[in-house]
Amino acid sequence: MQGCLTIRAVLICEITVSFNQKSKIKNQKSTGAGRRLPAALMILTVALIISACVALWVGYAPISLASLRTDETTRVLFFQLRLPRVLMAGVVGASLAAVGAALQALFRNPLAEPLTLGVSGGGALGASIAIAFGAGARVAGVPLVFLASFAGAGAAMLIVYRLARTSAGGVVLPGALLLAGVVLNFIAASGVVIIQYFADYSRALQILRWTIGSLDVVGFDLLWRMLIFLIPGWIVLLLMARDLHLLAIDEETAASLGVNVRRSERLVYAASSLIVGVTVAVGGTIGFVGLIVPHAVRLLFGEDVRVVLPCSFLLGASFLMLADALARTILGVGELPVGAITALAGGPVFLWLLRRQQRYSAM
Amino acid sequence: MIFIISSCGELSMGESVQAGQKGETSLLEARDLHFAYGVGLPKVVRGVSLGVRRGTLAALIGANGSGKSSLIRLLGGLLTPARGEVIFDGAPLRSIEPRVRARRIAYVPQTTATVFPLTALEVVLTGRSPYTARFRFEDEHDRAIARDALISVDALHLAHRSVTELSGGERQLVALARALAQEPECLLLDEPSSALDLKHRAGLIRHLRRLRDERQITALIVTHDLQLLDPAFDQIFALRCGTMAAAGSPGEVLHDDILAEVYDDAHVRARQAFGRTFVWSE
Repeated sequence: MQGCLTIRAVLICEITVSFNQKSKIKNQKSTGAGRRLPAALMILTVALIISACVALWVGYAPISLASLRTDETTRVLFFQLRLPRVLMAGVVGASLAAVGAALQALFRNPLAEPLTLGVSGGGALGASIAIAFGAGARVAGVPLVFLASFAGAGAAMLIVYRLARTSAGGVVLPGALLLAGVVLNFIAASGVVIIQYFADYSRALQILRWTIGSLDVVGFDLLWRMLIFLIPGWIVLLLMARDLHLLAIDEETAASLGVNVRRSERLVYAASSLIVGVTVAVGGTIGFVGLIVPHAVRLLFGEDVRVVLPCSFLLGASFLMLADALARTILGVGELPVGAITALAGGPVFLWLLRRQQRYSAM
Repeated sequence: MIFIISSCGELSMGESVQAGQKGETSLLEARDLHFAYGVGLPKVVRGVSLGVRRGTLAALIGANGSGKSSLIRLLGGLLTPARGEVIFDGAPLRSIEPRVRARRIAYVPQTTATVFPLTALEVVLTGRSPYTARFRFEDEHDRAIARDALISVDALHLAHRSVTELSGGERQLVALARALAQEPECLLLDEPSSALDLKHRAGLIRHLRRLRDERQITALIVTHDLQLLDPAFDQIFALRCGTMAAAGSPGEVLHDDILAEVYDDAHVRARQAFGRTFVWSE
């Protein structure tokens, strides 16, 4: 009897304590975003380092520190294959997640991301045209595939935006935006198939290999070339974080608070198309990273876009590194395309968000 | 009595009324504004001139589609007139840098449909962004101002609630608090009371009067709530089909014949009782 009572008392104590902790967490959440950001960045940086270590360690043959020091083959494997690939996953993941966070704010649509808006599809079509007509060709040192993919992504974003925006009020219709994105993806996909059909055998195989989407890379050369385009894009997005935060609330409100709406929109378009174009040209369409990651950040650190954008950047890198590690190891031999893993994880998240959003607004 | 034209054609509406006093006393002034939402689309504002005197409470009334919202957006610098000019405090509005303008003029749209579950306090804090550098967050001072703004619209209890869960009226209060957090000289409110209950409607007007009397803040509000206008308001501007149909004090504008023309409804009645004017349509 006595024991029973003490257990009950302890239980009640514990419940109160956990309740207090919960309300404390809630209070922390409500303190300034300014204080939340440094803590969030620190946590996510630690997470990123851990993810990178895990991704570097696992693989077809796990690499130990000892053999790295002694064995020449292991060293080549590590520095020429595994390290570039993990870095590539990080760069692509960070890029896609940041673009997702920016597009969601810009269109005031939680379901927006490069894949759902058809931007990836447009980029893919552009890239496959370039591959069919000679991928190796360069314009002033820049691979043609990058440029074609950038153009495709930009065109897709422009079309989707024009279709979804009403002429008078300037309201972006959320349903129309996503439908236009889906249809653009279909059109782009058939375009890719037709090009594959007419391209010669080796080119077609090249396109097929690339559409499946893989982060396979040898050496650092490609990474450097990508970063020349990506870094300016990243900087623009981070510079626009404040404007995007205001735009996420309401376009008219943002304008009345001094945001130059047209200029911000153009800059975010250009940066997003560039980033998506380059990542698609290299890794194929890797979907839903831009959807899952920003929403995970929102659940963890709140809705402020000035927090969501840089945090998505870091978490996106961790996420794709781990997803790629999983893709490399899950089968034992051979590997799955990483896009299949992200889609498998992202599809259900999309559906959950869709259900949640319908409570707020009619699509 | 004037013959009432039943629709907004391109017919001449007679001489357009030159509303409000011009010159030094006007804080916000419109000079022959014209506006259409696109090339080839009908003009929604056609040659409007008005002057809102500094430290006064002014109302913009008119039938649905008469151009009130477009006009208030033009006055707030959210739309650029096709012809004519808006003058704020003696300078052309378009010459004022947008972020500087946002510290002096606050605008509240009719509705804000925020889809992200930001808290009310976070939304009100955006009112401080014209004062905050690009890579800075709001500090304690800004948070205190935001909290005061919420208190002044009687909505502090909403501070940590998500705006997506709030009712239309509660959202209006939050939007209003956001505008107050901008600490503007001039408030432009587009139907701020349309979703408010009786108590908060009266509270809104009381608060606007207090801002006017204590801090010399000028406000122009679009409203269909004609009961609120007398005796709280100093000036009324009545739009009809994109032109100024009448302007003056409540005592001058709130009359059967003028309102009948403004609202294109011969059944409108305005009567004095209990020291205020009651307006209804029979």
